Amino acid sequence: MTLRHTLSLGLSLLILTAPLRAAADEMKLAVTTSFHNSGLADVLLPAVKADLDLTVHLLVVGTGQALRLGRAGDVDAILVHAKAAEEAFVAAGHAPHRTEVMYNDFVLIGPKSDPAKIADAPDVGSALSAIWQARAPFVSRGDDSGTHTKEKALWAEIGADRTAFDPGWYRAAGAGMGATLNLASGLSAYVLSDRASWLTFGNKGDLALLFAGDAALFNQYAYLPLDPKRHPHVNAAATQAFEHWLTSPRAATLIDGYRLNGAALFHFNAAASQ
Amino acid sequence: MVGSILPARLENVEVRRKSLRLLGPVSFTLVEHGITVIMGPNGAGKSTLLRALHGMERLSAGAIRWATDQQTAQQRQAFVFQTPTLMRRTVLDNVAYPLRLAGHTRKAARGKALALLSNVGLAERADVRASVLSGGERQKMALVRALARAPEVLFLDEACANLDGSATRDIEAILQAQAQQGTRLILTTHDIGQARRLADDVLFLHRGKLVEAGPAAAFFDAPQSRAARAYLNGDIVE
Amino acid sequence: MNARALLTPRENTTQMRQMLPLLRGIPAGVPVKVAARHWKPAMSDITQGLLAAFTLIVTLDADLIEISLRSLYVTSSAVLIASVIGLPLGCWLALRRFRFRRATIAVLNALMGLPPVVVGLLVYLLLSRSGPFGVFGLLFTPAAMIIAQVIILTPLIASIAHQAIRDLWADYHDLLISLNTSRGQRMRTLLWDGRRALLTAALAGFGRGIGEVGAIMIVGGNIDHVTRVLTTAIALETGKGDFALALGLGFVLIGLAITVNLAIHRLTGTEVRGRW
Repeated sequence: MTLRHTLSLGLSLLILTAPLRAAADEMKLAVTTSFHNSGLADVLLPAVKADLDLTVHLLVVGTGQALRLGRAGDVDAILVHAKAAEEAFVAAGHAPHRTEVMYNDFVLIGPKSDPAKIADAPDVGSALSAIWQARAPFVSRGDDSGTHTKEKALWAEIGADRTAFDPGWYRAAGAGMGATLNLASGLSAYVLSDRASWLTFGNKGDLALLFAGDAALFNQYAYLPLDPKRHPHVNAAATQAFEHWLTSPRAATLIDGYRLNGAALFHFNAAASQ
Repeated sequence: MVGSILPARLENVEVRRKSLRLLGPVSFTLVEHGITVIMGPNGAGKSTLLRALHGMERLSAGAIRWATDQQTAQQRQAFVFQTPTLMRRTVLDNVAYPLRLAGHTRKAARGKALALLSNVGLAERADVRASVLSGGERQKMALVRALARAPEVLFLDEACANLDGSATRDIEAILQAQAQQGTRLILTTHDIGQARRLADDVLFLHRGKLVEAGPAAAFFDAPQSRAARAYLNGDIVE
Repeated sequence: MNARALLTPRENTTQMRQMLPLLRGIPAGVPVKVAARHWKPAMSDITQGLLAAFTLIVTLDADLIEISLRSLYVTSSAVLIASVIGLPLGCWLALRRFRFRRATIAVLNALMGLPPVVVGLLVYLLLSRSGPFGVFGLLFTPAAMIIAQVIILTPLIASIAHQAIRDLWADYHDLLISLNTSRGQRMRTLLWDGRRALLTAALAGFGRGIGEVGAIMIVGGNIDHVTRVLTTAIALETGKGDFALALGLGFVLIGLAITVNLAIHRLTGTEVRGRW
């Protein structure tokens, strides 16, 4: 009798909680953590739903994992920021093309006291050199994400051998942007972050934005729909409609008009869609 | 009605654990009627013999041949253990359990179980959990459960060993009534008085061997072996 | 600044709601509101967390209810399926003597310590479009999350069931042998009479499942309104550095787990009728 009670409870739970969703037109889009943290998706996706009657399901992952999901065919399209990897993705035949949509920028975050004095550096190279010279604590994403790729490129440009850095000051977190910022906050360390993640980050502690504005820090986002010839199950109609919308003046207005704490984050730069 | 499972013939039955011989070789024939009491000092192999008869010991040698096939013989026996197994159920469901196994409906099994419990004065304890019964009540319940499928042969292993006088008397009364209804009883006991009260036949074991077998009256009046004489006198038997 | 908010509960509630970008559907005119959710922690994070939990619950936040129900749905389904597999398996291991029995039990116990992330990765690779079961399109659905949790919970439930049934079997062995029971009858009897202990095994499974994040994050993808559950939402908010909201959701999770345990104990009377 008691077992029967338990079973009926379990079954009624199942029935009550079974998600009842109508299957409208949907697509899965893998995006980077930094894009999602900006909050821009919360503006764009409702507009897409209204204009196209298309529900875009976001998978928020690192750039590396986003590309991996794309290669496996587990999403319909990806929106990432790692140009070289994207071009390789297209070259490998997973996407027919990459479409640049917008850019934002990376910023250097560090303790307010700024022990390496990077705040007044003329360019990002000098700022990183100052950190390197001072052996000031620096936290790297260390996860092959778009942000991490950018950071590696910046070190390479000033001729620094990242792999030879002393882990006493250069720490590879191997984590997402939020976790890395949490770590930097705890260690009072410098860190390279995208601006959106920084602005929405809730645990700033002693950290402050110290350096930004160098063109070398611009961060180009591109949209890559999966090739339906390669992955027949993708919703090609949806990915095309979404791409068309994403490059339209309507999207331009929303993207350029988006403000976080009064600051503009993204700059629309897609070639006008026909 | 299928023919009786008795007589049972034991032929050079041996039970060994590793190199140790617990029982045997033992040969005798278990006839159709009466109460047989297996006696003997500690470690003589009484329980082992009883369990071997019930098919719960792997025989190292020899054979036990019932009058029917093994399957039928097994189904028409029941066993009462020294420490009764209390199933985590009510007294009623404990007694109904063997009937449920035999395919009775829940209702029929419970009805019959209640009738059986009434026979031994346990009816008002039917709905309590078996674990709250006293020692005497537990053994009575186990006895009723063993009798539920009306076995032809009932084995009891020191069934009254831990019970007080009145509980022992109740159980003996039930056993005598059963014997009169034709149930074949085979029991082990340490209690010489109980053996005298109940036994029609006695099997006396010593060091795993069957030393004496015969009618109770003869055994108690004039035991043939030295071991049996010493045992009945209350001497220490090695 | 939040001291004032504390004094005026209405404003405070508004602010709490604005700091819940995850849970609030973002209405039109968002940029202004989004800007407002950027608050500075004044109270300790734990107090904020309790407050967040309280606010979410008393306002019956629709999104909170949605992700809580999804947590319940995923984990209850997984526990149910894992019990259907694990309880008889544990019972069978207690009853049968076979050659690799010890090894099987050792493997089972070791699997209990399997990191959920590994299970998640494995299930991901199996369900991926490029994997063997890709054609079913199960990846990033609640079904995938249930599959991953079944794999995590079955060894746990089977192992606890095995221990419980082994003890019961020691008690019942002579009786059940004497009554000439078949294997099936023994299994049924032990499962039925051991049901309280087995319920505990299932509840232990529920406890592990409802708090699990590593596997369901990978195979579910934490998609809003599709596969987001309490634990993945907590991970998301922690990643954003919003510790108060993460903690608030954590308190809701604990409350949910306690409620389910109490409800089941009450329904089955486990803790009322004493020993059994």
